[in-house]
Formats: sequence, structure tokens, C-alpha cells
Amino acid sequence: MRFFRLSIVALAALILAVIPAAAADFAELMAKLGADDFATKIEAVEGLGALGDGRAVPVLKALADGTLYTTAEHKLVIAEPAGNAFRLFDPLDHSALGEASGDALDKVRVNNRLRNAIEGALGGLTLFSDNAAERLRAAEEALKHPRADSAAALTKALADERDPQVRQALTGALAAARLGGGSKDEQLAAIAALAGSSDPQIRSLLLQQRAVVSDPDVKRAMDAALNSIEGRLKLIGAVVTLFEGVSLGSILLLAAIGLAITFGVMGVINMAHGEMIMLGAYTTFVVQQLFRAFLPPTWLDAYLIAALPVAFLVTAAVGIALERGIIRLLYGRPLETLLATWGVSLFLQQLVRSVFGSPNKEVANPAWMTGGFELVGGNTLTWNRTVILVFCFAVLGVLALVLRRTTFGLHMRAVTQNRDMAAVMGIPTAAVDALTFGLGSGIAGMAGVALSQIGNVSPNLGTIYIVDSFMVVVFGGVGSLLGTLVGAMSLGIVNKLLEPVAGAVLGKVVVLVAVILFIQRRPRGLFALKGRAAES
Amino acid sequence: MISRNVSKVLALAGTLAVSTALTPAQAQETIKIGVLHSLSGTMAISESTLKDTVLMMVDDVNKHGGLLGKKVEAVVVDPASNWPLFAEKARELISKDKVAVVFGCWTSVSRKSVLPVFEELNGLLFYPVQYEGEESSKNVFYTGAAPNQQAIPAVEYLMSKDGGEVKRWVLEGTDYVYPRTTNKILESFLKSKGVAAEDILINYTPFGFSDWQTEVSAIKKFAAAGKKTAVVSTINGDANVPFYKELANQGIKASDIPVVAFSVGEEELSGIDTKNLVGHLAAWNYFQSVKAPVNDVFIKQWHAFIKSDKRVTNDPMEATYIGFKMWSQAVMQAGTTEVNAVRQAMYGQTVKAPSGFTAVMNTNHHLSKPVMIGEIQPNGQFEIVWQTKNAIKADAWSPYLPEDKGKVADWSFPWLCGNCTEPKYKILAN
Repeated sequence: MRFFRLSIVALAALILAVIPAAAADFAELMAKLGADDFATKIEAVEGLGALGDGRAVPVLKALADGTLYTTAEHKLVIAEPAGNAFRLFDPLDHSALGEASGDALDKVRVNNRLRNAIEGALGGLTLFSDNAAERLRAAEEALKHPRADSAAALTKALADERDPQVRQALTGALAAARLGGGSKDEQLAAIAALAGSSDPQIRSLLLQQRAVVSDPDVKRAMDAALNSIEGRLKLIGAVVTLFEGVSLGSILLLAAIGLAITFGVMGVINMAHGEMIMLGAYTTFVVQQLFRAFLPPTWLDAYLIAALPVAFLVTAAVGIALERGIIRLLYGRPLETLLATWGVSLFLQQLVRSVFGSPNKEVANPAWMTGGFELVGGNTLTWNRTVILVFCFAVLGVLALVLRRTTFGLHMRAVTQNRDMAAVMGIPTAAVDALTFGLGSGIAGMAGVALSQIGNVSPNLGTIYIVDSFMVVVFGGVGSLLGTLVGAMSLGIVNKLLEPVAGAVLGKVVVLVAVILFIQRRPRGLFALKGRAAES
Repeated sequence: MISRNVSKVLALAGTLAVSTALTPAQAQETIKIGVLHSLSGTMAISESTLKDTVLMMVDDVNKHGGLLGKKVEAVVVDPASNWPLFAEKARELISKDKVAVVFGCWTSVSRKSVLPVFEELNGLLFYPVQYEGEESSKNVFYTGAAPNQQAIPAVEYLMSKDGGEVKRWVLEGTDYVYPRTTNKILESFLKSKGVAAEDILINYTPFGFSDWQTEVSAIKKFAAAGKKTAVVSTINGDANVPFYKELANQGIKASDIPVVAFSVGEEELSGIDTKNLVGHLAAWNYFQSVKAPVNDVFIKQWHAFIKSDKRVTNDPMEATYIGFKMWSQAVMQAGTTEVNAVRQAMYGQTVKAPSGFTAVMNTNHHLSKPVMIGEIQPNGQFEIVWQTKNAIKADAWSPYLPEDKGKVADWSFPWLCGNCTEPKYKILAN
């Protein structure tokens, strides 16, 4: 009995001695976080991760976000900017500690290696968090950097997990952890579990492991799994290349459609078409600035929707003015029209340079257009291009409706097919000309709105797209919407197929040469308009 | 008879007197300097701020009484990112405007275009931008970094533990001489450090390129082979804006695939939302965030001149500052703006630079400068994560290119050449 009581006391003493030691460890590591050199900080972060104490989570998060500072007394605090000073919070329990000026605080600096260590430590610590998103991130982190000793923790986490997405990630992470260590059967089971994945991380893991493993059975199983994963990745890669080609095609389509209409209806080579696109982009910039100046920030993201009709009206007005003022006077003289519109393009470029200045203008992507959609296989479909793709087809649809179902569309088609007959039938060809030019320029303006989201807004924006627009129109067939669609999409897809093989520069050259050769065989393009016109 | 001779003499004297009064004074009232930077086109994003820096330095010099008792006047031209136009404008500045010195150029192709003009007309060019080396002209002073002061240290940092022990490399550049030569040097350097050829991917895109989908996807794919991968970017001009946007949109984090850029500084970042770019790197000899008293004065002076607290300073601006100060010192030392005299006075000139170090002009026409690696912060500034303890002397000819073996650039006696293996004057034996 006495012995028993003695041992209890001894045990209690031991525990009491250990707890402050563990607490001392935690405090020691926390203090090391404020050190100057990166090696000490990385040691401290890894130590905190290994310790498994959940109190470290908010501190590590603050360190990663860049809000962890040390005061003059070398105390760690979280500081948030409030006006000119900083509000201080305790790193562990976020209790308010007062205020301090920027000079009294020293930021705890982070570099990429330290960031990686923080992610690893947080991954271990948040594996059992209450937040499902945190658990998912922890599982993905464990998959990226698998360690054989994390298998036990992952098994326990998997047993308690209910969320299906997190379960899937945990299964993958567990299999990855088992790949490195464990018996042959465990390894084969892990490979079988991973063979159905389409994650390039898993492929690289298998590649790494294959290099160090010696057993021929395991090697064979790995090869089979790698083949199946690579096949799946190739297929996904092809789909992504197709998307990229279609996305480029949609941009070419938007740029070229206005030109197809004016070229088709009036036979006018409008060298100022690119500048209409540029004016649309600058209109977007002006609308953005107006929104920033006059409306509360919550409305800011809607500036793009407001910019569309404004850009259409502005560029349509410029187009109609151009037609009434210059092109109408040069009717029937294509070379002079070419020269005159080229002069107008130079004039418009310099006008924009004088009003806005030569440097590029910043047009911010609204929040709903940033980021991307994470596809399987590690690919991302960016939102801005997806939205532009949808927008392009919407424009095409509306245009097709206008052409087929409205009186104006009927007049336009009539004038395109046979101007003299249309005039004889009582169609006001002069008015149709002006309105067509306005429509074509307006659509170019809307293309400018879309392009401002992808590229730079500069006075040279037009010169970048004019050659591509003409190439699409000539290739697809003048005046035909379907021709422009097919021409733009095929040029975009071919360009994107060639790019990984030949490089961006050579790809464009090859496409240009191919179009030239095609025009030799079919001078009127893919979808030539058939009509009983006097000119062929 | 005599009166006719006298009247002739008087008329002659009168004409002489009048013509002397009408001829302008032989000595010029101002010292003219040329500013040859693109103010429009694809490079305007980077170069237009350098024009303002030169104007600020001219303003400063004039406030302190001018040079050699005369006011300095800047002649600004816009070559509009058009490389042949650079050569035309350079000729105009030297022959027509008779400038004493030109501060200009950014891209190496613009410098290569103007080089024959400066060498033919014996002009003087101060070139403030980092470049690929492989050149040392009698008529050019290079105040920007050579590859051993930027590219090589950046790659060494990425190979080190602190940089992430990178094993696979993507060399992404714009298609012209600077990225092509720098990548040649880097490829040779990487191979000499044991990197296999299949672990290096090199890719070029044209100026102003905006459709980065394929390239960024290729980077992601190349990085998914299991070894730590980094991108070394020699992309120039406004193509950087859509490149970084695409990186951010496709979710490439700096802790996974760090991108180190050689032509992206505070000025290029001022038009991009840098929240998603935190951790990506740049290598320069100066950052605005350097803590040094000279830098504080420099930044204050810039903000006062440009009348805006939001405008940033960057490495090429610091190089312009160093170049202008050195040229002014050389002019004062030589007592004239004549090119040959100023050139001799340039060697050994020192300037306390905003980088916190003292820059020295060497006889190979290059500076000794420190090297700094910075990480992008959410506010568009750089956090310095590594820097050299001392200034590094620039190598005009890279030790990693076999064709450069033995080449020396030294414009002092006895070498007197920018590209030779033997001195011009063999020292006479006793």
C-alpha cells in the first residue's frame, strides 16, 4: 500500500515536472519565432508542428499572412493597421493589447522556405480541426509532402471523417504515406488505391518512389499505375488544349465579327477597326474610374456590365461619324478608303495618347472574374476566359437573331447580296450603310471591353488585333457569320495545338503561311456567299 | 584717291565690327544632355519613369549652380519602343542637338541599334539597365547589372537551402538578344553545376505577348515531375502584366513554383494587384525598401519632384542616379564636357548609392554593385530576403561561355580594348 502511494506520488511528481517542461517548450519555440535569421524561425515552426499544440495555429497563420510583429521588448504580437498606427493583439488569444506606431514594431520576415514549413506545420495541426475546409487543406498538404510517420494520424482522421471530399483527400494522403514505408502488401494496396487518380502530384510521387524501390512486383504495379494515370492526364490535357484553342478563337471572333459585317455589306476595308476595339477598352477604363470615384466599393465589380452598353454606343457613334464623314465620300474607291481609314486609325491612336497619356491603363478584373475553376489533373480553367467565351457566343447569337429576324437585318443581307437590286426594291442603302458601320464598330467596342480584361489597355491595342481580324475574315469568308465563327475557332485551335510544339512565334508564322496558301486555292474563303451579283 | 581708300577701310572695319556683334558668343550658355527613353509603345511601362529621373537630376544640378558654371538642359526624345528609331534619334541628339552625353535605352536591342551611332560619332551613352553582358564599348558606360551581378546570384540563391533547393528550371524569356544570351549563360552555368538537360526547359515569346494560357500550363506540367521547380523570367515590357495575371488566376503559389524575374521591379508591379503574387522573387542591385540614409533622401527627392507620394523608385532609376552623378563628377574633374576627357575622368569615380553601398566605376566601363534578392509583398514593394555583404565587380565577359575564354575588357593602359585576349600595347621591356 505504501509502495503504491509512493509510486502515485512519484508519478504525479513526474507528470508535474513534465507539463511545465512541455509548456516551457511551447513558450521557447514561440520566442524563437521572433528571431532574426530564417534557420531559427524554420526550426521553431517545425517544432511547433511536431508538438501538436493547437494554440500555435493562430500564431502560425498570422506569420504566414504577414501580420506577426515583435515589439521593442521582443514580445510577439499580431498587429493590424488602423489609420496611421497599429492595433495590437495577443497572438494566442487575440485579446486587445492597445496601440502602437509603426516605428515601434518590427515585422517578422518570411521567405518561401519558411512559408513551406508553416504550411507543413499547419497541415499537421489542423488535421483534426472543426472546420471542414481546414481539414481538406491539411489532407492536401499531407498528400503533397507525404511522410511515413503521418500514416497513424491520417488513419485516425479518416476513421472519424464524415465529409466525402475530405475523406477522398485523406484516402489519397494515407495511400501516399504508406507508399514510402510499410510491408510489401501495404505498398501494393496503396498503389492500387492510387492508380485510379488523375492528380499529377500522385504521378510525381509514384515516379519518385519508383526510383528507390527494389522489389520487381512493386515496380511492375507502379508502372501499371503510372500508365493508367498518364493516359488519363493526356486525355485531360487534350481537353484543356481544346479549351485554350476555343478561348483564343472566341477572342479572334469578337475582334473580327464587326469587320466581317462591314466588309461584307459595304466592301469597305476599314483599317480603323482595331482602333474601335481600343476605344471600347478605354471606355471600360473610364467607366471603371467613374465607378471608383462616385459609387460605394460594393458596386465596383458591376462596372463591367455597365461598360458594355456604354462602349457599344460610344464606338457605334464613332463608326457612324466615320461612315458619314469620310467613307461615304469615297464610295467605290477601295484604295482611297483603305488609305483614309488608315489615316483615321493613326489619328485615333494619337488622340487617345494625348487625352489619356501613352502608358498603359490599369483595368482591374472584377472579383467574379479572377481565379479559375480547378479541373482534375491539376489544370485550371480561368474564369476571365470562360466568361469571355460565353459572352462571345451570346454576342454571336444576338447578331444572328438581328440578321435573321429583324427588318434591319433583312435590309443588311439584301444590300450585301446585291446592292443595286436592293436599292431598286426601295431599301434605303445609304441609311443601311451607316447603321451597319455603326453596328460593326459597336461590336468591336464590346470586344474591346472583353479584351481589357485579358491584355493591356494601351493606345497600340488596335494594332495588335487588326491583322488577326483581317486574317479571320478573309479565311472564313467575307460577310458570313458562320464563316467568321468557323474561321476564328479553327485558327485559334490550330494556333494552340502548334504552340507547345513550335513555340509562340513560329506557331503564328505557320498559321499565317497556311492561311495564305489556303486563299490561293479558295480566294473567297471557307464560306463564300453565293449570289447573283454582278461582281464575282 | 585717299578718301576712297579710307572709306573702303572704314566700311570694312564697320562690317567687321557689326558682324562680330551679330555672331553669337563662341561659348554655349547651357550644357545639353540627351534623354533617349521610350515614352510610348510596349516599353513605356518601364522606360518613362527613367526620363523623369534624369529630369529630376538635371533640376537638382541646376539648383546647385549648374555644371562648370553653366545650366544643364535636357533634350528629351521619344523613340517609341521602335528599335531603328532609337538609332535615328541618337544620331539626331548627337549631330543636331550637340548633346554632351545621352542617358538612355532599356532593351538590349535598342542599345545594339544605337551602338554603331555612338561609336561613329564618338558620343557617350550611360546605359542604366541590367543586361546580358558580352559587350564593353569605349562609348558606353554600363550602370546596370551584368549577369554575374544579377542572373547568376539569383540562380545560386534558388539552388541554396534558403531558396528552396530548386532542381528543375524553366527559363522563360521575351524573344530578343538579352533573354537569349542570358539563357545561354544560365544553361551553361546550370550544366556546370550538374543539372541534367531534361531538367531545363527554355521558352520564348514575342514582345507584348498576352495569351499566356499554354505557357503557364506547360510550366505547371513541367513542375509536376516530382522535383522542386522554379521559373527564371527574362520577360520584358508589358507582357509581364498578363503573365503575372495568368499565374495568379491559375493558382501558382510562390511556395510551390517560385518565379524570379530580372526585368520586373516596383514600377512594373504598380499596375498589377500583387496580393496573389506574394513570395515571387526579383533580383536587382537596389530595392525601394532598402534601409539606408542615402535612400531616404533619394526617395524624398523623387516624391517632391514628381509631386506624388505614391510613385515608386526602382533599380534602373538608382542606376540612372549613379550614372548622372558620376558623369557630373567626371565633368567637374576634367573641367570640360569633351567626351575623351570625361571618359578618362570616369575611371575610379565613386558615388554613395541609395542601395547603401558605394558604387565604383571600373576600367571595363562597368560598376561594382551589391546583389539583392527580394520577395514581392502585397503592397507592391519587395522584402529583401538575401543580399551580398560586399559589392561585386561586373564581368563583361561571362566565365561560363566557352567562346569568352580569355577575353578582357579594360579601357585603361595597356589593354585599351573592350573585347580582346591580348593588350593593345605590350609593355616595353627594359
